Amino acid sequence: MEITDIIRQENLVYAKSPLLTDNIMHYCPGCSHGVVHALIAAVIEEMGVQDRTIGVSPVGCSVLAYNYLDIDWAEAAHGRAPAVATGISRLHPDKYVFTYQGDGDLASIGTAEVMHACNRGENIVIVFINNAIYGMTGGQMAPTTLVGQVTATTPYGRDVKLNGFPMKITELLAQLDGTGYVTRQAVHTPLAIRKAKNALRKAFENTKKDKGTSFVEVVGTCSSGWKMTPAEANRWMVENMFPKYPLGDIKDI
Amino acid sequence: MKGNEVIAEAAIRCGCDGYFGYPITPQSEIMETLMLREPWKETGMVVLQAESEIAAINMVYGAASCGKKAMTSSSSPGISLKQEGLTYLAGAELPCLVVDVVRGGPGLGTIQPAQSDYFQATKGGGHGDYHLLVLAPASVQEMNDFVALGFELAFKYRNPVMILADGVIGQMMEKVQLAEPVPRWTDADIERLSGDWALTGKKERRQRHISTSLELDSYKQEIFNHKLQAKYRLMEANDARHEELSCADADYLFIAYGSSARICQKAVQLCREQGIKAGLLRPITLYPFPKAPVQAAGRRVKGILAVEMSAGQMVEDVRLAVNGVTPVEHFGRYGGVIPTPEEVVDALKKQIIGA
Amino acid sequence: MAKIRGAIVVDTERCKGCDLCAIACAFKVLGLSREVNGKGYHYSEMVQPEACTGCANCALVCPDSVITVYKVNVNN
Repeated sequence: MEITDIIRQENLVYAKSPLLTDNIMHYCPGCSHGVVHALIAAVIEEMGVQDRTIGVSPVGCSVLAYNYLDIDWAEAAHGRAPAVATGISRLHPDKYVFTYQGDGDLASIGTAEVMHACNRGENIVIVFINNAIYGMTGGQMAPTTLVGQVTATTPYGRDVKLNGFPMKITELLAQLDGTGYVTRQAVHTPLAIRKAKNALRKAFENTKKDKGTSFVEVVGTCSSGWKMTPAEANRWMVENMFPKYPLGDIKDI
Repeated sequence: MKGNEVIAEAAIRCGCDGYFGYPITPQSEIMETLMLREPWKETGMVVLQAESEIAAINMVYGAASCGKKAMTSSSSPGISLKQEGLTYLAGAELPCLVVDVVRGGPGLGTIQPAQSDYFQATKGGGHGDYHLLVLAPASVQEMNDFVALGFELAFKYRNPVMILADGVIGQMMEKVQLAEPVPRWTDADIERLSGDWALTGKKERRQRHISTSLELDSYKQEIFNHKLQAKYRLMEANDARHEELSCADADYLFIAYGSSARICQKAVQLCREQGIKAGLLRPITLYPFPKAPVQAAGRRVKGILAVEMSAGQMVEDVRLAVNGVTPVEHFGRYGGVIPTPEEVVDALKKQIIGA
Repeated sequence: MAKIRGAIVVDTERCKGCDLCAIACAFKVLGLSREVNGKGYHYSEMVQPEACTGCANCALVCPDSVITVYKVNVNN
């Protein structure tokens, strides 16, 4: 059997979601953002809510997400996406509203906004990409940077005396009564990706069941910031990030 | 009614969709009134107390990006916190209303009224070449009128509009004729009025909408800036507003806005009683500044006194407009102190007539 | 048992040569090309096409969604 016999429309089993635009993503080779974008696109497509979903992309590597997912988007100031999403969600209760934030955006400058949006139990989904670094600006330390981890602003490894401790923001948010579903996922293997997609699907469905804010952290890699190949980055993530940021559902009321 | 309460009432009646606020003296009554009135039961209007002024202005950004009538209010220090949000709103060409009840600064300052935020309001307190359209109410009636007018201008120019009041206007009580209630916009209204940009969910028949002020390509960003500047020229041409009292035969002119204008009305009366032909030109829009009428007055009078509860900020715009044709001086008490009409008359005599 | 044959199509111009698909493939079907695409990246290609079962793991892990997967039952 020739390859050309296999490659036929009727034999198609997997293709890029039509919700992903044709724009080439600016992300570095192997970056987890691209995988999470594809998952969100697939979830929105399967739920058939492209015309009722509004995304909020704050400053960070993923601010340009609005060039890749074919839905309506609001670009937000650094750290303020949960507030922008609150404004949209409160005035469009029928819409699916989600933010797509990095660790610097959510756990550093935007800590107050994410805390209070979750505390109010806004009916939104917060997608939080934790790669322990500021990617867009060239690899500086983030609140989730691990002790001893080398970054552009911790050239000798993060020192708790100087920079404090890595922040487990997701566990903090799970303490707030306003959050309903809080989970930590990863996208480094096919199995992890399938789990992450189910988690995202559940998060989106939850916002219509008045169960409070859905929060999906995705522990991801930043091969350029970590100065590793994508494969090495995945291994380093498993060995170093997962012990500090264990995967799995943290809260599910 | 009290100025601040009228803002709340006017917001409900003009079909405002969302108010996002934060407590700060001297304007907390606006949110208190809204919470008491519970407009969500009546019109469905959302009222939300945010965790900070920064969060509040970003909630306004979210609501405005949906083509809805969104507003916030604060006082000087809070408005300083909102500057980044305001320049994002201007950069994304999003209409909204921001009420600033000014208090004495700088820093924590005082809770007494002042007008020392003129620069911040009219020259743009945030980064980049942008302006807010700034309306300066001088009465509780104008506090009512400028809410509906503010939203109208905001959507006309797709630009944030600021109501620059001060503690006096916000806290004082006066008779007021409230506007007739207007229903909130339906989704169909928004589709008709703002369908080409509002975030309403990407339909089959249209491209996705993106509310953003980000443009990495500097040539495109320059073109966008030209577009903004053209918008401001339009504002100057069509919506610069002012009022003139006893100016026709005036030898001397007071130029003042807001509560200072009220004080100058009395000063004009006192001058006239002493045989000094004085008049008052009151800017109603601080941006766009009423250049033409000030220019014209400059050619007619022997001298102009700009009266502001600040160290002199609007006076610069007056000088720019007058361009040296006649002397322009500034008089003001600041730090929250309110001048008396008599002081204003003395200042005119000393700084202009006697000079 | 019906033998399953799969095949993939890689958008070679958009592939960034991150190699994650090759790692994810249980049957060692994929590898990076010797040539480079317009951006200078070695792109992913089927080096052992007959081993492909069309399981789509490669497409799942691809950050740039450049892989399309086909599968067919071969009854011999």
